[in-house]
Order: sequence, then structure tokens, then C-alpha cells
Amino acid sequence: MSSPHIAVTVFPGSNCEFDVAWALERLGARVELVWHHEHTLDGFDAIVLPGGFAHGDYLRPGAIAQFSPIMEAVRAAADRGIPVVGICNGFQILTEAKLLPGALQKNAGLEFICDTVELEVSSRHSPLTAESSPGQVISLPINHFEGNFTCSPATLRELVDEDRVIMRYRENPNGSVDSIAGISNRRGNVVGLMPHPERACDTLTGSTDGRSLLESLLRSASSVRS
Amino acid sequence: MTSQADSDPAPDEGLPEAVHRALGMTDGEYERVVAILGRAPNYLELAMYAVMWSEHCSYKSSRAHLGRLPSEGPQVLLGPGEGAGVIEAAPGIGVALRVESHNHPSAIEPYQGAATGVGGIIRDVLSVGARPIALGDGLCFGPLENARQRFLMSGVVSGISGYGNAVGVPTVMGDLVFDDCYSGNPLVNVACVGIVRVDEMVLGRASGAGNLAVLLGASTGRDGIGGVSVLASAGLGDGFSDESLAKRPSVQIGDPFAEKGLIEACLELTRRKLIVGMQDLGGAGLVCATSETAARAGMGMDVDVSAVRCREAGMEAFEIMTSESQERMLVISTPDRLQSVLSVCERHEVPATVVGVVTPPDDDGVGWLRIRSGFDGPVLGELPAKSLSEDAPCYYRPLSPAPGLGMSTAAGHGEPAAGHGEHSTTDPDSVPPPLSCEADLLALLRDPSWVYRQYDHQLFLNTVEPPGGDAALCKLASPEIPWPSSVTGDSSGEGPRSGEPRQMGMAFSMDANPGACSIDPRQGTAALVAESTLNVAVAGARPAALVNCLNFGNPEHPEVMWQLSEAIDGMAEACRALDVPVVGGNVSLYNENAGQDILPTPVVVVLGLVQRLSFPPPGVCLAEGGAVLLIGSLQASLGGSRWAVERAHARGGRLPKLDLAVHARLVELVSGLVGEEVAHGVGDVLGIHDVSAGGIGLCLAEMSLRSGIGLRVASITSHAELFSEPPSCVVACIAPEALERVVASCDAHGLETRVLGSAGGSRFIVEGLVDTTVDKLGRAWRGFLPDALALVAS
Repeated sequence: MSSPHIAVTVFPGSNCEFDVAWALERLGARVELVWHHEHTLDGFDAIVLPGGFAHGDYLRPGAIAQFSPIMEAVRAAADRGIPVVGICNGFQILTEAKLLPGALQKNAGLEFICDTVELEVSSRHSPLTAESSPGQVISLPINHFEGNFTCSPATLRELVDEDRVIMRYRENPNGSVDSIAGISNRRGNVVGLMPHPERACDTLTGSTDGRSLLESLLRSASSVRS
Repeated sequence: MTSQADSDPAPDEGLPEAVHRALGMTDGEYERVVAILGRAPNYLELAMYAVMWSEHCSYKSSRAHLGRLPSEGPQVLLGPGEGAGVIEAAPGIGVALRVESHNHPSAIEPYQGAATGVGGIIRDVLSVGARPIALGDGLCFGPLENARQRFLMSGVVSGISGYGNAVGVPTVMGDLVFDDCYSGNPLVNVACVGIVRVDEMVLGRASGAGNLAVLLGASTGRDGIGGVSVLASAGLGDGFSDESLAKRPSVQIGDPFAEKGLIEACLELTRRKLIVGMQDLGGAGLVCATSETAARAGMGMDVDVSAVRCREAGMEAFEIMTSESQERMLVISTPDRLQSVLSVCERHEVPATVVGVVTPPDDDGVGWLRIRSGFDGPVLGELPAKSLSEDAPCYYRPLSPAPGLGMSTAAGHGEPAAGHGEHSTTDPDSVPPPLSCEADLLALLRDPSWVYRQYDHQLFLNTVEPPGGDAALCKLASPEIPWPSSVTGDSSGEGPRSGEPRQMGMAFSMDANPGACSIDPRQGTAALVAESTLNVAVAGARPAALVNCLNFGNPEHPEVMWQLSEAIDGMAEACRALDVPVVGGNVSLYNENAGQDILPTPVVVVLGLVQRLSFPPPGVCLAEGGAVLLIGSLQASLGGSRWAVERAHARGGRLPKLDLAVHARLVELVSGLVGEEVAHGVGDVLGIHDVSAGGIGLCLAEMSLRSGIGLRVASITSHAELFSEPPSCVVACIAPEALERVVASCDAHGLETRVLGSAGGSRFIVEGLVDTTVDKLGRAWRGFLPDALALVAS
């Protein structure tokens, strides 16, 4: 089996694209950085929307990025069942594009937080956590100002009832409802999370708990293709 | 191409005599302009000289002294004078380094002042073709009991966070100082490190007649006009008066999103070798970028102000030329590559316009900078490009030894200590010991994590040792030069086998020590350099280069000039003894408020290199059962220490002795011991920390706090030994079975050692002086900043 072919989208203002590409390539993926002006993502086995400040986060994070040409291709890929992962700013873009429910508002403390936090995997209903066990505690870096997940009570009930909350903070750093750190769509192929798995792939820089999540993504990507 | 025959622009009729003074120029400087031009300048020309001859741009008060700093070394590729210093860190791979101040803008508008400081330093590093990969910030404020200081600190930290995070460059290092002397004039020094392939380096040179100057990035507005002259090169007046706040329009507004695009566009231009020169636009805007690039190449340039994209209609030529609008770069392109340059910019959504044409020098070899309206239109101003930089005045201002805060105030300039709060010139060694060393230790504890938790310090996946320790340690890698292919083979002979991939590392430390520098600026600055080199050694690195930002008061005060001159000599002595070249610097003068100068505050950034980085360094910590070993010798002089200033309010006394030869041996020993560990993952050192601010008391406490492990030590005999800040001391936690080996190694380096005790448990005991728990220390340590900034309800 050839290595999975992953697209990492790049908006003006994205800044984690190199890191995501580096982490995925080390796990054996072929990665291509795709500029936001492109109209197609055909031929890719998975799509990652990386962190950063797409379009400067002006207006709101993701508010302008949802209109970038590439987003139609992301939507089409999601409809085809291709794994789509939004990390941090990518998560914010997916909610603005309504590919995921809810919204990410300013952290409860009204400060940017860069730290490494403990999380509990709460669902396997996503390409990232398909190989984890619910209840498993992992440690991942977070790096955001607007990571405070919020949604209506009805949506929250739906997310919980449908097992779509994929991970929760053990100590809520930003005020997210129900300590939610990541969610998936109903079909389970579109997932967004605020923590950065790509920043936890090397013993030299700290935790390596992100590696198994990305490995799981690559296997999901391969299985979509086969 | 225009001919040389254009007539001289006519001087404006009726130019009021004192216009040059309003622009911040002296009468003598005006006369100098008249002599250069052979006629009276018009307003545009005068405005251009005013910004370029400002203290900030011309270093006119400090230039006469800066030449004494050693700037050469086998690894130095670019020394002072370019956008950034560059050393060859590995074959074919350069590390660029630069530090600059943004003090006055931050005093007036803390968020934007700090944010644009970050933007400016990033462009400096970018201008040599390097990808900016790490930032640092050295911050000095007045005590946080004062509401204005809390406002300033929160604003500055938010500005660095807001800009640095969004622009996508991690902030990995910093320093934080509180002292009364900064209450009216905070210091915000920003540093940036970049990585460049040596064959992709570019210089700020407009070579080749007929080549085109292309302005990239943001449009040009009326923001920041005169920033370098009326704001950066003058005192701040009386407090935060209406007069100071009226200068707010001279502060620029930052747009990190525009800067991010600029970074990616410029790096693609250099990677594809599409340009022949590049320079950032910072202080003095287009005047500086066009005149300096032309002057360095010995050429002239025609600049068409009507081609510059303006933010608003009706901007005058002088406004366009001197505007300090942010997020702009000037690149020099050959005509045949212009289309490629423009299409790279278009792809990155970065506006780009041809604004200048390089012209050959005239028959006398003079390259003329001509400001025109339309390339064939009228000449609005015309002057020799070199005259803006090379003919700038150079002042040998009078020096007069300041009596020193510790000495008698009888001589010379009155009372140097006046205005620094209620502090006296008392010798702290004559002050009675504290009632409780424990209480004083608790009061000195300060966890800076509130600051760096707001900075993205992880981006690019290079940060091995995050902020908070002695030095930040990063992989020597960047997106274009990734691990593990970054360095293969080795030319130095000390590395691994040729061809084997090897991760190198770089450590940075950013430091200030105004307490010591105020007592003796020469020795204080030498000790500061010593501390910074020791910090990178603690991360396993060998010091390789230094950049400095010299923050001083009003250079028209002879004692300030003396402090500056002494500090430069101290820095030169230490850099020579420790074999560290100075590859760049910045001088910030007029740091004063209501006539009161700040304490002399040189800030240094030392870059160290790790030849093989495979494991994290032991860091500031203790390990259960480890022996606590002091390497170096304690002293009992409290002069210049944090304890003296903050607890005893005694600013006098003597500095502990500094022996640079001993220090060089210590740096070698420590970088060797820790270097082995980061290379091979096994070693004798379980934790290590240098003795600096707060003395060995704070050093031990921080080792306990960062590991959560207590200790019991003896043979620290007095409060003076506990809080004195001797240079050339480290505390290491050593595996007991390795103790003999480490001590022998120290002996071989001619370094004293003393086993102080051992680590373990939850109590923190310095026999006879302190007996407390790690928990209690932790509450004081973590609580300091949030409590002082009133972020936690008490």
C-alpha cells in the first residue's frame, strides 16, 4: 500500500502548515500544501486545516476563511466521506463554515494560552481517535485565544448523545462548555479540535501523545482510499 | 532613465527659520546640511535629514564609542551595520540575530508600541534573507503597585502576544525587571533570531544602474511620521503628560497578518534568487531604505513618490518619504526579473509597486537620491544618498564619571540617586541582616509564566527548552531546513561521522542587570555578558555571538555618556575574554522622564550552539537523592543585588569580584558537561542552574520549585552569602555516584567546588537561615505576577 496523500490547506495567515506537514511526513504520509485559492482537493486521502490566523483572524477567526475558494473543495471532500481535520484555527474555520456545529469564543480568562494540558479521549467517533480508548488520558499542547467552545443546549445534547465529543480537557483552561476540546460531525469524518497533535510528536520537545492520533488519521485515510 | 541635468530644486520661499528645530535638528546640524548641499534645503530635504540624522538612526552620540566592541570571529558572516548579524552556525547554514528597543512608543501606547517593535525586529532579520524563527523580549517596568505600571505591563505583554503569535514566530526567551527608575520610561527590547542558507543571503544594496526598487507590503499612511526623531530621540517630558500623550500619532499601528504575507513573499524571492538586494522599512521609512541601499552600493536612486501606494489622499512628499507605516520591505530587482517578482507577490497577496530606479553615480562619484513626482516628472528634492548616513554628525559628547550610586555624592553632578524613589546610596553590606531570611526569600520569588504562557513558544516544533529556564534551547532548524536533514556531515571534526544526520541546537539568553550596572557600569556590563554566556552553557551550548541593546538616559548628561562608554568597555573586555563576537546592536538614548535618567541598562542576547542535540538538557531542577554541588565560590558582597535594592533599599556598595579567566573555564566546563548529556542522553548532571538575580537563595529555590523536590543544604553562612550575586557560580544536582568524577573535572578546570547538601523530600532547608516547604515557596512564586497585576481576587 502506498503512503496516504494528505492535503494541508494554507490560507494567508496560516502558520502551522509546516509543522503539520513535518509531523505527517515523519509518519510516512505524502503531504502537499494547498493554497486557499485552489478549487479542488480531488485525489487526496485526507485534508488537514492547520492552525494559525487565517486572514488575520479579522472579524472573527474563520469568518473570512470560510469564503476562501478552497472551502468549497473541503466541503465536497467532507461530503464524500474523506477525513477532514481542523486543528485550532482549522477547527474555528470548520465551525464558521458550518461543517461542524458550535462556535469558538474568546477564552474565559480573556488571555492567550500557550501550554501543555491533559485531555481525556471521550469518543472513538473520529479519524483521529478511532484507535484510542475512551477514558485514555493524553497530554497535548494548546495555543489559542479563541478556544472556548460554545453551542446551544440542544446541540450539546446532540453531541453528547451521538458520541461526538471526541476529547475533553481534564482541567478546563478556557471555559469551554462541558470542557469540550474537540468534536466530530455526525458522519464521523469531519473533526475539529483546539489542541495541537502535531506539536506532540517528538520526545525532544515534550509529549509524543499526538503521534498515535495522527497515525490513526493516516490509517483512516488509507482505508477511505482502498 | 533621467538625465543628470535636472536643475536643483528651488528652496521653498519663506521657509521659517526654526523649522529644523521643530523637526528635532540643532542649528549646527542645519548648517551642516546647508554645507553639504551648497544651498538651503527645502522642507522635504530637511525632513529627510532630520529623520536620518536623528539619534535613533545615526547613532550620533554613541558611534564614536561603538567601534571598541569586538565584532569579528571566524564564524561571523555579517557584523554590525546590516539588518542583522549573521554567523555560520553549520556549514552553509547561517543564524541571523538582532535586538532593538521600542521603549518610547511602548511608553505612550503599550500595545501598539510593543507590537510594532516585534514587527520591526522580524523585518530586520528577514532583510538578510533569513526566516525569523524565534523572538525574545526584555521588559523593564516600574513597581506594579502603581496602576500605570500594571497598565503598561499588561498592554506590552498583550501587544507582543497579539503580534508575535499571529505573525507566526514563536517567542522563546525574555527577561523581566522591575525598578523605580523605569516608572516614567519603561523598556521594551525585542530580539529576533532567523535561519538562512548562506547562499540565499541578501544584503541591503541597490546595485546595478537601471535596477528597480520595488516597495512591498502595506500602503503608506500618515502613521509614525517623525517616530525616530521626535519620539525615539527625545526625552519623554514630565511623566505621562499631555505633551507625551500628544505624541501618540507618532506611534505606528501593527498588522501581523500583512507581515506574515510579507515574510513568505520575501523568503520566496530570496529562495528563488529573484532579487539583488533587500531592506526593511522601519525607522525613517522610505528615506532610510532608499538612501541606505543606494549608498551601500555606491549608487544613486530616483524615487517616484507618486508611485507609492498611499493610505489616504493628499499626502505630501515628505510624509510619504518619512512615514513609518509598518509591514513594508524594499527589494531591488533587475528589470528582466520584475515580472517574476511581481507574480510572487501577487500569489502571496502582497501588494508590490516599483517606486525607484537605481542610477549611476555622477562624474564625481556621487550617487544622488532624487525624489520626484513621476519618474520623468519634477524633482522635489535632491541630495547625495551617502550624506544621509555617512555625513551624519558624530558627537564626542563630554563624559564625566558618575559618582556611582554606591559612592559619595559629593563630587561632580550632584545627586545621582535623586529621584530613584526613596532608595539610598547605602552600602547593603552595612545594613543589619534581615529578621527572617525566609521572608525575604519568599518576597524575591517571581514566576514569569504569566507572561510567556501568553506567547506561542512552540511553533515550528523546535523549542526543546521553553522560556522560564536559564536559556531557551531550540533545534537549529526551520521549515526550509528541517530536521533530520538539517546538518549532515561535519567539517569541524568534533561531530559525528561524515554524512550522518545530526540535529544541532541553539540556545539563547536575554539578560539585563541594571542594579549591577548602576554601581559600576563597566564591571556590571562585563558581569552581564558573563551571566548570559553561562546561561547558554547551562543549556549545553557554547557561546557563539552576542547582540546588545544599550538603553541609557540623556546623552547630553555627561555622566550618562560616561556610563555608556564604560558599559561598552566592560562589554568589550568580557566578549574578548569569553571569545564572543558582537554581531549587532542598537542604542536607545533619551530614556529619561522629567529630567531623571534611567539606570544604565545594557541588554544582551547571547546565542550559543549545541553540536549535537538528541535529548533535552537537565534543566533547572533537582532529583531525589542527588547531591547539591556548588561550582564556583560564593561571595558576601551584596552591592547591586536584588536583595539590596528590593529588601534593604540600599543601592550602594561594591559588586562581587569578577574574574573573566575563571569564568571562561566555568563556561567551558558547564557547556561540556551538559553538552554531553544533550548529545547522548546520559550524564552526571541531573539538574543545573546558574546563580544570578536573587543569589544562591533564589537559585536553590527555583531548582526546588521547578521540580517540586526539596533540599537540605548547609555551609551557606550568612544572609550576605545567601543573597549576594557572585558571577561564575552554578549549582548542579549530581547523581551521588558521579560526584567524585564531576568534582575531579572541576578541579581539572581550576574551579572551586563545595558540596552543599542533598536534594529530596518536601522541605526546603538552608541550615541556620531558611526552613520552609516547597509548597509555601510555590504559592509565593506562582502568585507574584497574578497577584501584583490583580488578576486573582485576593
